[in-house]
Amino acid sequence: MDVVDLARWQFGITTVVHYFFVPFTISMAFLVAIMQTMWMRTQDERWLRLTKFFGKLLLINLAVGVVTGLVQEFQFGLNWSDFSRFVGDIFGAPLAMEALLAFYLESVFVGVWIFGWGRIPPKIHLATIWVTAFATLLSAYFILAANSFMQNPVGYEINEEAGRAELTDFGAVLTNKVTLVTFPHTIFAAFMVGGAVVAGVAMWHLVKGRREPTAAEPGAPSDAITFRHALRIGAVAVLIGGVGAAVSGDLQGKVMTEVQPMKMAAAEALYDTQQPAPFSLFTVGSLDGSQALYSIEIPYLLSFLSTGSFQGEVQGINDIQQEYEQLYGPGDYTPNIPATYWTFRLMVGFGGLAAAIAAWQLWSTRRGRVPTSVWALRATVVLPFLPLAANTFGWVFTEMGRQPWLVFGLMPTASGVTPGSTAGGVFATLASFTVLYAGLTVLWVWLLAKHARPGLPDVSAEARWGRSSAGEDGSSAGDAAAGSGDDDAADRPLTFAY
Amino acid sequence: MDLATVWFVLVAVLWVGYLALEGFDFGVGMLTRGFARGDRERRVLINTIGPVWDGNEVWMITAVGATFAAFPEWYATAWAAYYAPLVVILMSLIVRGLAFEYRAKHDTERWRRWWDRAIFWGSAVPAFTWGVLLAGFVQGLPLDGRHDFTGGLADIVTPYTMLGGAVTVVLSLLHGAHYVALKTVGDIRLRARALAGRLAAPVALLAAGFAGWTLLDRDGGPMSWLAWLGGVGLVVALIAGRAAIVQRSEGWAFTASFTAMVFFGVVLFASLYPNVLPSTTDVGGLTIANAASSDYTLTVITWVAVPFVPLVVAYQTWVYWMFRRRIGVQHIPSP
Ligand code: HDD
Ligand code: HEM
Ligand code: HEM
Repeated sequence: MDVVDLARWQFGITTVVHYFFVPFTISMAFLVAIMQTMWMRTQDERWLRLTKFFGKLLLINLAVGVVTGLVQEFQFGLNWSDFSRFVGDIFGAPLAMEALLAFYLESVFVGVWIFGWGRIPPKIHLATIWVTAFATLLSAYFILAANSFMQNPVGYEINEEAGRAELTDFGAVLTNKVTLVTFPHTIFAAFMVGGAVVAGVAMWHLVKGRREPTAAEPGAPSDAITFRHALRIGAVAVLIGGVGAAVSGDLQGKVMTEVQPMKMAAAEALYDTQQPAPFSLFTVGSLDGSQALYSIEIPYLLSFLSTGSFQGEVQGINDIQQEYEQLYGPGDYTPNIPATYWTFRLMVGFGGLAAAIAAWQLWSTRRGRVPTSVWALRATVVLPFLPLAANTFGWVFTEMGRQPWLVFGLMPTASGVTPGSTAGGVFATLASFTVLYAGLTVLWVWLLAKHARPGLPDVSAEARWGRSSAGEDGSSAGDAAAGSGDDDAADRPLTFAY
Repeated sequence: MDLATVWFVLVAVLWVGYLALEGFDFGVGMLTRGFARGDRERRVLINTIGPVWDGNEVWMITAVGATFAAFPEWYATAWAAYYAPLVVILMSLIVRGLAFEYRAKHDTERWRRWWDRAIFWGSAVPAFTWGVLLAGFVQGLPLDGRHDFTGGLADIVTPYTMLGGAVTVVLSLLHGAHYVALKTVGDIRLRARALAGRLAAPVALLAAGFAGWTLLDRDGGPMSWLAWLGGVGLVVALIAGRAAIVQRSEGWAFTASFTAMVFFGVVLFASLYPNVLPSTTDVGGLTIANAASSDYTLTVITWVAVPFVPLVVAYQTWVYWMFRRRIGVQHIPSP
């Protein structure tokens, strides 16, 4: 493997792992904020217990998300310094804004949320989780705007003298049509992750409690009702996310067909231009353009998906290749076809399966029912991993389908690499990051599972704090008068501490 | 002042903010070993910085993002050149960040011991290495005509940059001791005060040495008057901090070490100006002028920075105010 391949692996691995945690954080921040809002509104302790329970999972995940994000901020300089030189004038701006507008908000306010239990007025405390949640959206928007520039460069001109692309219209970068469809798609897809975690964990407790009633602790019956609430919220989030992802994904496919027809042709392994074009569900055998052994196709569907008309013409790989040779000079402009073909199907497939399981959960728990089969238990355990896998495959599809371009039409991947870097050097860091990230991922799954398994936490201290402020006099809000000095009343242990 | 210079100042401000804020949480991290007696005290220390360390770290992320936006050449050259030490910093910060959150998430002796190591080394190693790298900007690196780094580790790790690293570590340690004295009650507060008192003289000596070396070496630059001011301010602030801690006014001591960190940054960045990364060969030096983004980009990001930097400072200050209460071993709930 040469330096370029190693640098690509390093970027791919570190970014994919960062993105395990990202959709979890985005969606769970909102779901927890909703649970806490429900508690503040109803003063029903069940919501508080859910908030604390899923809040802990959120924090376990957030920690890994933050530290892997740190690496991201430097990556464009480490292995991709010529890329940074070429697009920095444009690309740096959204990155800097993400830090200034989103990361500060996120990390400052989540700190207040974590440590604010019992220490600050409950209403302000509730506001901090909402601020955190909205900051994750801001963060996603800016970074997706940067990524979309690489998919579909807009608002720039090439400065020959400086040898770089320069920004001419920042508004155009922020309203790139790729950004506008990518943002909703990633957010809907993210909601499937958090929803699936909530629904999966909640149903696991329900089924487990019904199968082994003796193992349940005294509080079990009320736990069951509470988990039922959570299950509903989670499953509905998965379903809304699924429908939203399908609708926005369809739009995204159309935009992509327009800006990167090669990527979408590769996603179908469609070699020759067809009108109308069928959608290939599944292929056994080779995807190299020779006759496939066996393939299931749905007539007209691809035409409709990519053009919006059942009779639309869809360009094939061979034609686009010829067109690009004329446009960009001789070379191979096709991405890795099996990878794009399969990752696209796996994204849709895993997402669809997750939605199906969520629908089944709602159905099988209707009116107080609880399924008790081993299969019900197994389904709840795999559920959270399905949208996670779909998200990963979606990104691998997006990024591999853009190859051989790093910035589409402007910069080939190979010319973005840091000059003078050696295969040995990159291999050493690639190996270290891979080992460290593998460790993080294992730790993450293990800790999440460990903290998802016990029942709902005892929240009497937090409940007292919440009630005290809901009452007439705001001044009695527990320790809310935080800095009231070293007086002895303040010797009570903190409600929350590391 | 043209916009590129404004952004040089802003990037400097972000780095200085990072040193002054994360400096004390690095210091607290280092104090969890040796200074803290037993698990409870260690938890007191961790909880003094618990709500704020991540916000402090974002100063560095923003400094890096702002460098990318305003000086892409600086970003590209620097991180490619600093590859190996940077990976060391990143890995240390990864384990450190996880340690704060994960330490209490599983209840065995061994688990905590490992995360305690992560907190200590994850604080000491980045403090030292950032000092080396920031001093490296002032010292310069061998670059070629395309601004690509042509040297090796020996060009980065030199006596001068090592001294920069050492100063960053000891300043952080002193700053951390002041912070602990300010944020805790009981025995731990008294011991932090005593430690800070003992540290002051050696820290001032080392810092004065580094400032002197920088100033003599870089004298004659357009901003050397400011660098000199920074050097003198650094030493004066450290002396004032020592006086304050003897008077038991911890707030002033912390303010003094905060100011010392700021002056340390002033020495570095005033000496660097108008370069951003000088070359030790006769070609390839990066200056504010030749590393900057286009005027349009600088204008756009200026419009964003003008309202948001003060806003960030405001809400971050508010958070320190919210969590102003001191804590001690009696406040730590059992696990
Ligand atoms: C739970 C996750 C999930 C699910 C169920 C789907 N997607 Fe997706 N998809 C993603 C998660 C995702 C993603 C990981 O979030 C990507 C990567 C980049 C992006 O914008 O979203 C993505 C990218 C992506 C792209 C590539 C766009 C580009 O190159 O910028 C297309 C065309 C689609 N999707 C289309 C669909 C369609 C038609 C779906 C359903 C019928 C669908 N996706 C379901
Ligand atoms: C949104 C910000 C992102 C930017 C700016 C970005 C940029 C890049 C860059 C510079 C490369 C290296 C060149 C290349 O190999 O193509 C790359 C490759 C890659 N990225 Fe992204 N990326 C982003 C997000 C993501 C995410 C979230 C994922 C997945 C979770 C991802 C997955 C990959 C993969 C798998 C590769 C390797 C592809 C290949 O080499 O064929 N990227 N991206
Ligand atoms: C390759 C480009 C990327 C870079 C440079 C990057 C950078 C970062 C950094 C530095 C952090 C830590 C912030 C902190 O300390 O609080 C972070 C966290 C985060 N990033 Fe990324 N990121 C990238 C890709 C993405 C993508 C594609 C998304 C969303 C679609 C995203 C969303 C988030 C979110 C929501 C967080 C908050 C905490 C968490 O990760 O769980 N990032 N990122």
